[in-house]
Amino acid sequence: MSADPVGLYRTVRLIRRFEERAIDLVHAGTIVGGIHPYLGQEGIAAGVCAALRADDLVTGTHRGHGHVLAKGADPARMLAELCGRSTGLNRGRGGSMHAADLGVGVLGANAIVGAGGAILTGAVWARRRRGDDVVGASFFGDGAVNEGMLLEAFNLAALWRVPVLFVCENNGYATTMPVAGAVAGTITGRAEAFGMPATVVDGQDPETVRAATAAAVARMRAGGGPELVEARTYRFDAHHTFEHVVRLDYRPPDEVAAGRARDPVEIQGARLSTADRAAVDAEVEATLAAAVEFALASPDPDPAGALDHLYASGLVARTGGG
Amino acid sequence: MPRLSYRRALTRALADELTRDDAVFLLGEDIRVAASNVTSGLLKRFGPDRVIDTPLSEQAFTSFATGAALAGLRPVIEFQIPSLLFLVFEQIVNHAHKFPLMTGGQCAVPVTYLVPGSGSRTGWAGQHSDHPYSLFAHVGVTTVVPATVADAYGLLVSAIRCDDPVVVFAPAGALDLRADVSDLDPVPLGRGVVRRPGADVTVVAVGHLVHDALAVADELADQVSVEVFDPRTLYPLDRDGLVGSVSRTGRLVVVDDSNRSCGIAAEIIACVVERVRLAAPPRRVTRPDGAVLPFAPALDRAVQPGREQLRAAIQLTMKDG
Ligand SMILES: Cc1ncc(C[n+]2csc(CCOP(=O)(O)OP(=O)(O)O)c2C)c(N)n1
Repeated sequence: MSADPVGLYRTVRLIRRFEERAIDLVHAGTIVGGIHPYLGQEGIAAGVCAALRADDLVTGTHRGHGHVLAKGADPARMLAELCGRSTGLNRGRGGSMHAADLGVGVLGANAIVGAGGAILTGAVWARRRRGDDVVGASFFGDGAVNEGMLLEAFNLAALWRVPVLFVCENNGYATTMPVAGAVAGTITGRAEAFGMPATVVDGQDPETVRAATAAAVARMRAGGGPELVEARTYRFDAHHTFEHVVRLDYRPPDEVAAGRARDPVEIQGARLSTADRAAVDAEVEATLAAAVEFALASPDPDPAGALDHLYASGLVARTGGG
Repeated sequence: MPRLSYRRALTRALADELTRDDAVFLLGEDIRVAASNVTSGLLKRFGPDRVIDTPLSEQAFTSFATGAALAGLRPVIEFQIPSLLFLVFEQIVNHAHKFPLMTGGQCAVPVTYLVPGSGSRTGWAGQHSDHPYSLFAHVGVTTVVPATVADAYGLLVSAIRCDDPVVVFAPAGALDLRADVSDLDPVPLGRGVVRRPGADVTVVAVGHLVHDALAVADELADQVSVEVFDPRTLYPLDRDGLVGSVSRTGRLVVVDDSNRSCGIAAEIIACVVERVRLAAPPRRVTRPDGAVLPFAPALDRAVQPGREQLRAAIQLTMKDG
């Protein structure tokens, strides 16, 4: 997506308003199962994807709406997916945590923490083997850096020089577990152990994220191996929309206030003229109004097809009935 | 006629598919020097871009293969020991198998997981002797267990050509088989075969146990007419072939080298009795519930289903009605 100040603002604003509309739909009961809001972290997806080409690949996380939207998926079909409609990106089979749009290079949000890194490494390796000069970006949280498979993927990517940007969104918590209680050593140190360049950036500033990513992408595309970016950020809202129901208490209020004070939408918005900003805001509202209308008007999938797409080879599963 | 070993049939299937389709490539631990003796000669023929040694990173390279498949390739992973499937169960089941449905049909994940030497290899004890095919059948991952040399070739070829993930269990007990084979052809997935026709009882045998079942059927030939059915694919199971056989004989014994509870033998019996009225209660010969293979050869053998047990099960079934 576009890398100019207006384009970056459009992306963070789109993700922010998409999330807010989606939370409304969770509360209305239209989106079932809830979502993991990306509020506050929008600058990372926007900045990273602005440095990628349309044919580059990404893998996202359980908190994945921002990644999918920033890579260029249609917000209307994305919202329809969250609502479980047949017109959704995944025809209502994936929902929030599995939203995928292979057409724009999104190999899927993934609900298993740390799972995307190895998949993306294989996919980018395969594409480059065919001669495409694509690169990839794999998003994951600070909690994921303790998952063995992700560290195995660092090793494979570094060893085989697969151009994958590992993007750690360090929002300070894995659900309720603070980084300090979970991560021995440092996040960048894990990359350095595999001979991977690693930098820490301010994840609240979309321009900073984009600049750091663009530099890494240029090195990677020119034949460099993988790199890691640790983007420091803050999750404005709950881990999950369900969290309010169980009323978890793990973040000091003054910490939350300080985190919210550094808002990527405001930071980027301040770089635009008032008129430009108003124009983008209006455009985003119109896009989302249309998206909500599209999603709500879309039919539910036919239950008779509940196991369609289970097998690409055409194998048909037996019914579970008598 | 040329004699071919089961192991070399696997090698030949890999070589033929590497030749036929540029998208096929192999990865695994020590496969360039063919430590398992299945990928012998392939590095020399196809080069290091098609035959790739991996570090010991089973979880990452299994998902790496998923990614490569999403990008249009057809990876074949060779696992050195069957227990490694426990390490990568998550990667196969939660990702490779679920991706096509979860994405609403946006992709296919044609990966083959080849396990040459599954089940007991004498003296390899608890962590090297599992035969976890029932787990994959339960999940719905296409699961094949070739019993013969020709099937080792034909089922592996079909697995590689299949657009879904397929686990191929090559039982240790079958690897040293040799056979005269002139024509090797792909064997369709999901189709079982009657290995020996009979009139009184159907013995369904999985993998290397097909040969034990044939031997027992011969031993009992003057008392009972035993039909031996080899399902070849455990998921999808050839239910029609199975039901057809048992409908003719009216009796069923299953012999399966996996644990009893929730094992494939239970599924085979259930799907037969759903459709066929049997003359006698069905029986199964399996490893014990929750078994772990002990080391000492006598203990190992005590846990594996054997010919004695099968013979007894057939005779009891005949006595029952
Ligand atoms: C392998 C795995 N373990 C546990 C979970 C349950 N879970 C879902 S999200 C989450 C926290 C992840 O934290 P982090 O990686 O920091 O990402 P964040 O939620 O902060 O974006 C956990 C533990 C899971 N989905 N996958």
